[in-house]
Amino acid sequence: MLQILLAISAVLFCFGLLATLTRRNAILVLIGIELMLGAGNLNFIAFWKFSANPEALTGVMFAIFSIAIAAAEAAVGLAIVIQVHRRLHSVDVNQATQLKG
Amino acid sequence: MSNSLTLLTFIPLIGAIWAALLPSKSTGQLRFAGLFTTLVALALTLSLAFQYDRAAGGLQFAERYEWIPSLHIEYYLAADGLSLVLLVLTALVTPFSLLAFGKGLSKLAVVLVLLLETTLFGTFTALNFVHWFFFYELSLVPAFFLIRLGGTPKATAAATQFFIYTLFAGFAMLLGFLAIYQATHTFDLTELAALARQEKLGHALSAAFPAFSGWISGAVFLGILVGLGVKVPVVPLHTWLPNAYTEAPAPVSMLLTGLLSKMGVYGFLRLLYPLFPGLMFHWQVPLLALAVVTIVFSALAALAQRDLKRIVAYSSVNHLGYCLLGLFAVAAATHADTVNRAAAMNGVILQIFNHGLTASALFCFIGFIEKRSGGLRGLNDFGGLREVAPVFAGLMGIAIFSSLGLPGLNGFVGEFLIFKGSFAIAPGATALAAIGLFVTAVFLLTLIQRVFAGPLAERWKAFPDLSTGERLTVIPAIALMFVLGIYPQLLIGLFNPTVLKLIF
Amino acid sequence: MDFLLIALIPLLPLVAAGLTALLKREQKALSATLVIGAQTVACVLSLWALLLAMCADNGEPGLIHEFVNFPWLTFGHETLKLGLLVDPLSGVMGAMVAFVALLIFIYSHGYMKEDRNYTRFYTFLGLFSGAMLGVVYSNSLLLTFVCWELVGLASYLLIGFWFFKPSAAAAAKKAFLTTRVGDMGLMIGMFWLYKAAGTLLFYDNGAGCLEQAALATMAKTLVGGLALSNIIALLIFCGAAGKSGQFPLHVWLPDAMEGPTPVSALIHAATMVAAGVYLVARVFPIFAATGTHSISLIVVASVGAFTALFAALIAVAQNDIKRILAYSTVSQLGFMMLAAGVGHPGVAMLHLIAHAFFKALLFMGAGSVIHGVHDEQDIREMGGLRRFMPVTFVTYSIGMLALAGFPVLFSGFWSKDAILHAAHLWPVSQLPFYMATAAAFLTAFYMTRQMAYVFFGQYRGHAHPHESPAVMTLPLVILAAAAILMSLPATPAWPAFEEFLKGEAAHFSLEGLTEPGFLQIALTSTAIVFLGIGLGWLIYGRKPLGAVDPIQTAAAPAFRALANRLYIDEIYDATVIRALHGFGSLAAWIDRQILAGIVSAVAALSFFVSAVSNGIDRFVINFGFDNSCNALREYGGAAASCEGGRVQGYLRLIALGTVILLAVIGWLLV
Repeated sequence: MLQILLAISAVLFCFGLLATLTRRNAILVLIGIELMLGAGNLNFIAFWKFSANPEALTGVMFAIFSIAIAAAEAAVGLAIVIQVHRRLHSVDVNQATQLKG
Repeated sequence: MSNSLTLLTFIPLIGAIWAALLPSKSTGQLRFAGLFTTLVALALTLSLAFQYDRAAGGLQFAERYEWIPSLHIEYYLAADGLSLVLLVLTALVTPFSLLAFGKGLSKLAVVLVLLLETTLFGTFTALNFVHWFFFYELSLVPAFFLIRLGGTPKATAAATQFFIYTLFAGFAMLLGFLAIYQATHTFDLTELAALARQEKLGHALSAAFPAFSGWISGAVFLGILVGLGVKVPVVPLHTWLPNAYTEAPAPVSMLLTGLLSKMGVYGFLRLLYPLFPGLMFHWQVPLLALAVVTIVFSALAALAQRDLKRIVAYSSVNHLGYCLLGLFAVAAATHADTVNRAAAMNGVILQIFNHGLTASALFCFIGFIEKRSGGLRGLNDFGGLREVAPVFAGLMGIAIFSSLGLPGLNGFVGEFLIFKGSFAIAPGATALAAIGLFVTAVFLLTLIQRVFAGPLAERWKAFPDLSTGERLTVIPAIALMFVLGIYPQLLIGLFNPTVLKLIF
Repeated sequence: MDFLLIALIPLLPLVAAGLTALLKREQKALSATLVIGAQTVACVLSLWALLLAMCADNGEPGLIHEFVNFPWLTFGHETLKLGLLVDPLSGVMGAMVAFVALLIFIYSHGYMKEDRNYTRFYTFLGLFSGAMLGVVYSNSLLLTFVCWELVGLASYLLIGFWFFKPSAAAAAKKAFLTTRVGDMGLMIGMFWLYKAAGTLLFYDNGAGCLEQAALATMAKTLVGGLALSNIIALLIFCGAAGKSGQFPLHVWLPDAMEGPTPVSALIHAATMVAAGVYLVARVFPIFAATGTHSISLIVVASVGAFTALFAALIAVAQNDIKRILAYSTVSQLGFMMLAAGVGHPGVAMLHLIAHAFFKALLFMGAGSVIHGVHDEQDIREMGGLRRFMPVTFVTYSIGMLALAGFPVLFSGFWSKDAILHAAHLWPVSQLPFYMATAAAFLTAFYMTRQMAYVFFGQYRGHAHPHESPAVMTLPLVILAAAAILMSLPATPAWPAFEEFLKGEAAHFSLEGLTEPGFLQIALTSTAIVFLGIGLGWLIYGRKPLGAVDPIQTAAAPAFRALANRLYIDEIYDATVIRALHGFGSLAAWIDRQILAGIVSAVAALSFFVSAVSNGIDRFVINFGFDNSCNALREYGGAAASCEGGRVQGYLRLIALGTVILLAVIGWLLV
C-alpha cells in the first residue's frame, strides 16, 4: 500500500515539476508548485499512516502546516502575479526579467 | 558685564544665523537683520569704550577660561585702548558696508559680512595666540566668499589668490609660534611680551633649538613678519591686493581695506613689536627701508593705474606704509626718547582708524559710481561729473582730501604724529617717505580732475546725484572725518594710556 | 586781551562758509549775506586787533607779543598746543587781509551775479578768508601749516571754480601740486624745528621756538657744516617760495589766472601769495639766528632778486591782461623776498601791504575791463577803453602808477624805494640791487605797455564796451584811495610802518630824507621810472597798435622766448613730470611683470610639481591596483550573465543541481 502511495506522490511531483519548468503562464507555474506541495503532503500522510507510532498525529500536523504555508504562498504568489500583470500586461514568466544581473 | 567681550564676539554670529533663516528674497528683512545686529554691536563697543577706565589704562574686561589645559591654551579675552579702537572701527565700517550694498544686498552677503565681523571681533580681543590665530585665519573663509560674490571668473581667481597667499603667510607665522611654544610652553601673548621685555625670549629660543641657536630668533621673527606683512600688505608681498580689491564688489573692498588689512597692522602692534623689540631695533635699517619702499613704490604704482579701484587699492598700501614707518621708527628709537616714540605710536594707531574710515568711504563712492555706470570705472571713462552730480563730487572730494592728508580732516593728524615722531628718530627715511605724500596728492588730484572736472560727456548727462539713502550712508563717515580732524583728542585719549604701556 | 574775539576773526568766515556749503544753488542772497556779514564782523575785529597791537605797551622797549596757547592733543605725556598771536606784524597783516577780502567779497557780488555756482563761490571765499586769517593770527607753526594748507585748498577750489574748462581744472591741479612741493619742504622744516626746539609755538614766555633759548640752540647746532637754524629756515623758505611764486616754483601763479578775476585779485595778488613773505617775516628770527647775513637770508635775497627780474622780463611779452598782472605779482613778490633777505622784514611787509592794495586794485580793474568787453582777456583786442570806462580808467591808472613806482604820491614809490635802499646797503653783494633796479625799470615799462594797449588808441575789439556797475567800481575807488594813502606811513620822513613793526613809537624827522644814500636812490629810481614810462610810451603810445607787438618786429627770437615764458613749463614737462610718470610706469611695470611674475612662477612651479605627483600616482602606484580591480569587474560581469532574470531558468538550474547532488550523494553512499 505504501509503495502505491509513494508512486502516486512521485508521479504527482513529476507532473508539478514539469508544469513549473515548462509552462510560460505564471498561474500554471503556481499550480505546478501547488501540485509539488500536494505530493509532499501525500508523502507526509503516507509515512505517518504506516509508521511505528501512528497515534502521535505528527504527519497530520506537518501536513496541516504545509497546507497553511501553501495557502499563504499561493496568496503571495498570486499577488505578485497580479502586480506583474499590471506592470507588463502579461503573465508570461519569460517577460518578467527585470531582476537579471 | 563681565562677559561683554564674548557677547560682542557672538552677537554678529547670532545675527548671521538669524539672517540665514530669513527668506532670501526679502531684501528689506535681510537689511534690517544685518543693520540691527551691527548697530547693536556698535552700541556695545561704544559702551565698552566709554566704560574703559582711561586713567588705569591696560587690559580690561578680561575673561579667562581653560580651553585645552594640556597645551596651555586658554580662552583669554581682554581689551585695551588699541583693541577698542579697532573694535569701534570694525563696528562702524561693517554697517557702513552693509548700507553701501544698497539694493544689491543678498542673503549670502549679509551672512558672510556678519560672520566676518565675528572673526574680526575675535581677533581684536584675543590674547592667546591659538585663540587669536583661530579667528585670524577663520576670517579668510567669509572673506574668500565675499570677494567672489560677483561670481566672475576673474573674481574667483582673485579670491583664490588672496586665500592661498594669506593662508601660506599664516603658515609661516604658525611655524614661528610653534617654535616659540616649544621654547616657552606658553601661547599667552601677555606672558610672552613680559618675557621679551626681560630679554628672555631670545635666550629661550636659542636654548630650545641648540642646533640653530644663532639664527632661530631671526627666523621666527621673519616668519611672523612675512605672515603679517602679507595681510597689511608690505611691498613686495602685496600683489594679491590690487586684484582682490578690484574684483571684489565695492562694499566688500570697503571691508577688505577698512578692516582686514588692519588685522595685519594690529598683529604688528600686538605680536611682533611686543615680542621682538630687540630684533626690530637691531634690524631698523632694513625695516625702515621696507616701510619707505612700501610707501614710495605703492604711491608711484598708483600713479600709473587707470582704474579707480586699483588707484585706491594702491593708495591703501601707501597709507598703511605710514603705519609701518611709524612703528619701525618707534622700534628704532632709544628707550629714553619717550616723546617721539609716543608721538609715532599714537600716530600709527590714529592712522589705522583714519585709513579704515577714509579708504572705506572712497571705495563706497567708487561703488556708487560703478552702480551708475554699469561697472565702468576707468580713470578716463568720465569727466565733468561735478556738473550733474555736485553733491557726489563734493562729498567724494572731501573723502579724497582726507586721504591726501589735508589738515582739518582726519587723515592729517595721524600722518602728522607719525612724521613728527619718526622724523626725530629716523630723519632720512621720513624725508624719503614724504615723497609718497606728494605723489599721493598727484594721483588723487588727477582722479578729481579726470572724473569730476572738464566738459561733461554726452553719455553722462543723466548721471544721477546721490540719492537720499546714499547720502545717509556716507554722511556719518564724512562727519566723522571732520570731527577727528578738528578734535583728534576724542580718539587719542582712548589709546594714549595703552601707547604708554606699549612703549615701555 | 580777549582772545575769544581774536579767535572769532578766522572762525566767523569759516563758519559762514560751512553754513553756505549746506545751502542750495538758488539761495544766492542768503549765502552772500552770510559770508559778507561774517567778513564784515571779522574785518572790524581785525581792525580792533590792530588797534590793540598799536596800543599794547608793557613799558619795555622791543616787540610786544600778545598770545594765548591752548592744548589741541596729548600724546604720551606731551601736550601739543596751538595758539593765537597778536603783535604788530599779525595786526597789520590781519587788518589788510580782512579789509581787502571784504572789498573783494562785495565786488564779487557784481562780478559773479550770473554764475550758476554763485553760492559755492561764496562758500570757497569764506573758507579762504578764514584760513588766511588763521595763518595770520597763528602762534604756532603747526596751526600756520594747517591754515596754510587750507588756504591752498581754497585756492585750488577757486582756480578750478569753472571746473568744466579743462584748462581751469589743470591749472587748479598744477597750483596745488606746485605749492605742495614747497610744502613738503615746509613740513620737513616744521618737524625739524619741532625736534630742535621741542615746540612749534612761536612765543611761549621764553619757551617758544622764536625766542632766545631755542634760537641760540639752533644757531649753535651744526649739521653738515651749516647751522641748524639756517637749514630749518631754508626748508621753511621752500614752503614760502611755493606759495609766493618764487623761482623755480612760480609756474603755477600765471596759470592760476584761470580762476574768476575776484579770486585772482584776492588770492593770487593781495593775500595768499603774500603769505610766503609773511611767513618769512614771521619766522625771521630763525633766518637771522646766525646774524642778518646768514646763508639762509642770502638765499632768500638771491631768489627774490632773480625772481623780480625774471618775472618782469616775461611780463613784457604777455598779451593776456591778467597774465601780465600775474607775472608782475611774481616780480613784486620777488622784491618783497629781496627785502626780507637783505634783513629788512619790515620793509618787505611795507611793500606787501602797499602791493596788496594796488595789485588788488589792478586786478579788480582788469576784472572790470574784462567784464566791460564781454570776457575778452587779450589786450590786443582792447584799446581806447578810457572813453568807455572812465572810473575804471582813473582807478586803474592810479594802480598802475603805484605799481610802477611813480614818485612821491603813490605808496609803491616809497615801498620800492625802501627796498632798493635796503638792497643798496646790503654789504654782501650789490648784484641784487642792480637786478632790482632793472626790474623796477621793466615794471614801469610793461605797465605802460599795458595801459597803452588797453586804454589808449582805438578800440580794436568787436564787443560793445561799457562801464561796470557801482558794486564793482566802488571797491576800486576805495582801493585807489588806499593805494595813495598808504604812502603816508611809508615815507622815510615819518617811517611809522617800519618803526611799528619793530615795536618802536613812530617819530617824525626830516633826517630820514637826508640819510646818506637815500636821496641818491630816490633820484635814481625816479629817473628809472620815468625812463621806463617814457620808453614804453615811445614804443607803444604814439602809433596805433596792431596784432604784432613792435618789439616782436624788432627782436623776434627774444620776444618769442619771453612770450613762451622762457620755456620753464616745457622744461618741467620734459623733466620733472616726465620723470614722475616714468617712475610711476616703472613701478607699475615692476609690480605687474616682476613681483606678480614671481608669484605666477611660484604658482606655475606648484602646478608642475602637482602634475608630476599626479603622474606618479596614476601610472605607478595605482597601476596594479587598478588592473586587478578591472579584472575582477570583468569576471563579475561574466558571472552575472548567468542571471538572466527568467524564473524558470533558475528553477531548471536548481533542478539540475538537485539531480547532480542526489547523484553525487547516491554515488558516495554506494
